[in-house]
Amino acid sequence: MTAVALTNVSKVFNPGRPDEVVALSGIDLTIGHGQFVSLIGPSGCGKSTLLRLIADLIPATAGTVEVAGKPASRARLDQEYGIAFQQAGLFEWRTVQRNVELPLELRGASRAERRARAAEMLALVGLADFAGHYPAQLSGGMQQRVAIARALAVHPPLLLMDEPFGALDEMTRERLQAELLAICAKTGTSTVFVTHSISEAVFLSNRVVVMSPRPGRITATVDVDLPARDDAARQSPAYFDAITEVRRALRGDAAAAATS
Amino acid sequence: MRSLLRVAPPVLVGIAALIGWELLVSLGRIAPFILPAPSAIGHELVAQRGNVWDAALASGLNAFIGLAWGTAAGVLAAMAASRFRLLSEVSIPLAAVANALPIIALAPILNNMFESTSSVPRRLVAGIIVFFPVFVNTLRGLREVDPTHRELMTSYAAGGWTFTRLVRLPGALPFVFTGLRQASSLAVIAAVVAEYFGGLQTGLGSRITSAAAFTAYPRAWAFVVGACLLGLLFYLATLLLERIVMPWKTRLLS
Repeated sequence: MTAVALTNVSKVFNPGRPDEVVALSGIDLTIGHGQFVSLIGPSGCGKSTLLRLIADLIPATAGTVEVAGKPASRARLDQEYGIAFQQAGLFEWRTVQRNVELPLELRGASRAERRARAAEMLALVGLADFAGHYPAQLSGGMQQRVAIARALAVHPPLLLMDEPFGALDEMTRERLQAELLAICAKTGTSTVFVTHSISEAVFLSNRVVVMSPRPGRITATVDVDLPARDDAARQSPAYFDAITEVRRALRGDAAAAATS
Repeated sequence: MRSLLRVAPPVLVGIAALIGWELLVSLGRIAPFILPAPSAIGHELVAQRGNVWDAALASGLNAFIGLAWGTAAGVLAAMAASRFRLLSEVSIPLAAVANALPIIALAPILNNMFESTSSVPRRLVAGIIVFFPVFVNTLRGLREVDPTHRELMTSYAAGGWTFTRLVRLPGALPFVFTGLRQASSLAVIAAVVAEYFGGLQTGLGSRITSAAAFTAYPRAWAFVVGACLLGLLFYLATLLLERIVMPWKTRLLS
């Protein structure tokens, strides 16, 4: 069974109107269990739209979207995925712990279960000591960690992330990348990660999906095979080769990328 | 120490103003029926403290009941208007019209609708005055939902009342309190002024008019001071309530 399967998916905004936009066309993408896949491309290439189609936040115009072997709409109702955005989007009136508990609360989990799960998740992201704080008392990086803990609270098989580290400084970003990889490895979660940083995509992913705009489509996929994903990997030849390959693909040199 | 430094300037300015007023009246030989000296007003306030207290209780109760129902009506109307687009398109201009009405001038008309010993007209006037700022601010708050929050709740398959209860209402709270802060003093003013038009003679407004009618100006001023303190009390109580209800706003300061 695959984590995500998209078949010939397209998305048209405002169809039949003068401001009609073909955001995505002819998308085929399969993501296996436990895989970490990044979507990369320039602004307007539809990578965020693609993520929202998988999340069933917007409906596809044509084609089929399957998550965990069922239609995306069913998967959303079953909370088969957790999602995090560029804005942490924490509820400022809830404490950190109650933020993490929210998806469990909506699932009807008991208070004791929510407590236990929130504590587990906050320990996972290294914020066990901040359970009683309000979001505004935390730094941007800590808020984003809480958002990740919240996304993982229901133990979903799939994690969807839309530029979650985009608003963070470089140091915080690299630390959170390493933490995210550790969490994914530990929980076995499959991940779809939208970014426009080439180095971030390469460091994190098993596979980088390169997209181009007007209309949004997949132009290349680059498999990344790093021996380990630690600080040494950021200096390895394999890492730099993959970066070059993704960069070429982004420039539209797709044929070269496919053969190299 | 820091709070003392913050409180000191306005207190000093206030004391200086009172001293200036006192000197102006006594040195400037201003007739006491034009402007009584603060000392005379203070004297009268002490002498009449029982009456001022009773009158403040009567007016305060009217203001409080008006504030309570006006706020409840404002919040409920805003929830309804934010839920149904048609309703909000109709209700906002209507609310603006209602706000432009000289509502206090409605008091004599409302007085005629009820018996002369009824406090209902005052409570109605206070509530109508309170309604508008609460309605407008709450509606604005309910409409401003963070797009990330909206998407998150969709991803949790939470809509309708769950969404309103967990996201829109708590998100609108700061706006509700912006309206409530304006409304709290307005409610007192409305309750006091509505008494100028007859009816029960128990509140501050009726005491002010009757004292003025007997040319007892320092006494009239003493009741004015009482009304001022009452309005201040309502305002401070609102601020306190705001801190209690929204701990996430105040914790930032610590």
